[in-house]
Amino acid sequence: MKPRGLLSRIALALGLVFLYVPIISMIVFSFNNSRLVTVWDAAHSPTLKWYGVLLHNEQILTAAWLSIRIALTAASAAVVLGTLAGVALARFGAYRGRMLLAGMVTAPIVMPEVITGLSLLLLFVALGQLIGWPKGVGAVTIALAHITFCMAYVTVVVQSRLAGFDESLEEAAMDLGARPLKVFFRITLPLILPAIASGWLLAFTLSWDDLVITQFVAGPGSSTLPMVVFSKVRFGVTPDVNALATILVLLVATGIAISSLWMRYQQRRRERDLQLAAAANL
Amino acid sequence: MAVRLSQAMGRRLIAAVPTLWLLVLFLIPFLIVFRISFSEVRLAIPPYTPLLSWHHGAPHIEVHWSAYSFLFTDPMYVSSYLYSLKVAAVSTLCCLLIGYPMAYAIARASTATRPLLLMLIVLPFWTSFLLRVYAWIGLLNNNGVINNVLLSLGVIHHPLALLQTDFAVYIGIVYSYLPFMILPLYANLEKHDPALLEAAADLGARPWRAFLAVTLPQSLPGIAAGSLLVFIPAVGEYVIPTLLGRPDQLMIGRVLSDEFFENRDWPVASAVAILILLLLIVPIMLFQRVERRQLEAAQ
Repeated sequence: MKPRGLLSRIALALGLVFLYVPIISMIVFSFNNSRLVTVWDAAHSPTLKWYGVLLHNEQILTAAWLSIRIALTAASAAVVLGTLAGVALARFGAYRGRMLLAGMVTAPIVMPEVITGLSLLLLFVALGQLIGWPKGVGAVTIALAHITFCMAYVTVVVQSRLAGFDESLEEAAMDLGARPLKVFFRITLPLILPAIASGWLLAFTLSWDDLVITQFVAGPGSSTLPMVVFSKVRFGVTPDVNALATILVLLVATGIAISSLWMRYQQRRRERDLQLAAAANL
Repeated sequence: MAVRLSQAMGRRLIAAVPTLWLLVLFLIPFLIVFRISFSEVRLAIPPYTPLLSWHHGAPHIEVHWSAYSFLFTDPMYVSSYLYSLKVAAVSTLCCLLIGYPMAYAIARASTATRPLLLMLIVLPFWTSFLLRVYAWIGLLNNNGVINNVLLSLGVIHHPLALLQTDFAVYIGIVYSYLPFMILPLYANLEKHDPALLEAAADLGARPWRAFLAVTLPQSLPGIAAGSLLVFIPAVGEYVIPTLLGRPDQLMIGRVLSDEFFENRDWPVASAVAILILLLLIVPIMLFQRVERRQLEAAQ
C-alpha cells in the first residue's frame, strides 16, 4: 500500500513543477533588462522597464479594452442562454427536441476551434448576402461567436449543479401555490447561483483568451488582445509579453484566492445556519 | 387549467431560445461548410460556385468533387492528416501516463489538502493559453532556459535543437491539456470505495495486482472522458504547432487555416473541415455518451 502512494505523490510533485516552471520563468524574465529574453542581464536587473514599455503600447491597450468589452458581453449573454439550456435539460424531462439541444450543446466544447471558426465566418458571410446583416465582420460577430461557444460551458456547469438537487423543493413550492416564475426566482435561481457565477467566470476567461475562432470572425480594426499577442510572438519572444503574462497571472491568482476565501466563508455560514436550525429544533 | 397551459408555454419558450440560438449559430454553419465543400473556387464574391444555377429557365444543381479529389491526390494533405492523428494520439497517451498518477495522488490526499491541490491544477488553465504556450518558446529556444542550464552544467557542449520539433509540439499539447485529463480522472477516482481495495488486500492481493484488478477497471469512464477531452481538440490544434512545431510538417488545423487565409480557397478549406469532422464524429459521440452517463449517475 505505502510505496504506491509514495510513487503517485512523487508524480504529483513533478507534475506540478512541470505546470509551474514555464509560468515562473515568464515572471522572472519579465524583470530582465536584456532584450535577449532568456539571457539574464545581472548588472541591470531586476527592472520594471518592460512594464513601462507595455503600458505605453497603444496597440496592446486598445486590444485589451476591446477584449474586455467582448468578454463582458459574451459572458453575460452566455450565462442567460446557458442557464435556460441547463434548466431545460435538467428539469423538463424527455420533451420533444431535448436530444437536439443536448447534442448541440456539448459539441462546441470539444469541436476543434478551426472548424467552429470557419463555419461561423461562412455563416456570417452567407447571412450578409441573404439579409444584408451583418455588414462585415468585427466586434459584433466576435461577440456572437464567443456567446455560442461560451454558452456550452455554462450549460454543462448549470446542468450538473441542477442534477445534484432533486426537484422536491421546487415541487413543494408549486404545491403551496407558487407560480412557476416565482418558483424559479425564489428557489431554483438561488440554488444554482454558485454555478451561474462560476459559469460566468469561465465564460469570461474563455472569451478573453480565445484566439483561433476570433481570428476567423474578426475584421480589420477589431484585433483582440490574443490576436495582437499572437502576431507579436509568432516571430520570436518579446520581453514586454512576459510583463503582460505576469500581470495576468497576478490578477488571476488574486481572483481565485478571493473567490475561494468567499466560498469558504459561505460554506461556514451555511454550516452555522444548519447547526442553529438543528439547535432550534431541540 | 390556465396556469397549466401557460406553464407549458413558458417551458417551450425557455427550451426554444437556446435551441434556436444553437441551430442558427452552430448547426446551420456546418451545413454551409458542407455545401461549400462541394463547390469550385472562382474569382468572385463569394469566391465559390453556387449550388443552384439556372440553365434555360430550369434549376440546375452543381456538385463538384474537385476540392476532395484535390485533397486526396496531393500527398501534403494526406501526410498532415496522418501526422495530426499521430500527434494527437501520442499526446493523449502522454497526458494519461502523467495525469493518472497525479489524479490518483490528489484523490488519496487528505480532505483538507485536496481543494488546494485541485486549485493548483486548475490555476494555469485560468491564465492565458496563448501565453503559456509562448512560455515554452523561451524555455526551448537555442539560447533558451533549458539549453542555458544544460550548457552551464556541462551536460552538453552545443545547444540542443528543441524548438520546432515534434518533441516541442508534444510538450506544448501535454502541458496545455493536462488539466483536462486530470479533472475527469480525479472526479472518478475520488468516488472509489476504499473498502474494495481493503477486501482485495485481505484476500492476499499485492497492491499492484489490486490496482490492476480493482481501481483501473473502475476508472475506465474517467480515462475515456479525459482522453477524449484531450484527443479531439488536439487533432485540430492550431496555436501549439504554429508556435512550437516544425515548419516542414503542418498539422491539419494549420492546413485548414492556411487554405482559407493564404490561398483564399474556401471549398478546399471546407473540405478539410469536413474530413476532420468525419474523423472526429465517432470520438465526439463517444464523449457525449460518457458525459450523459455521468450526469445521469449524478441524478
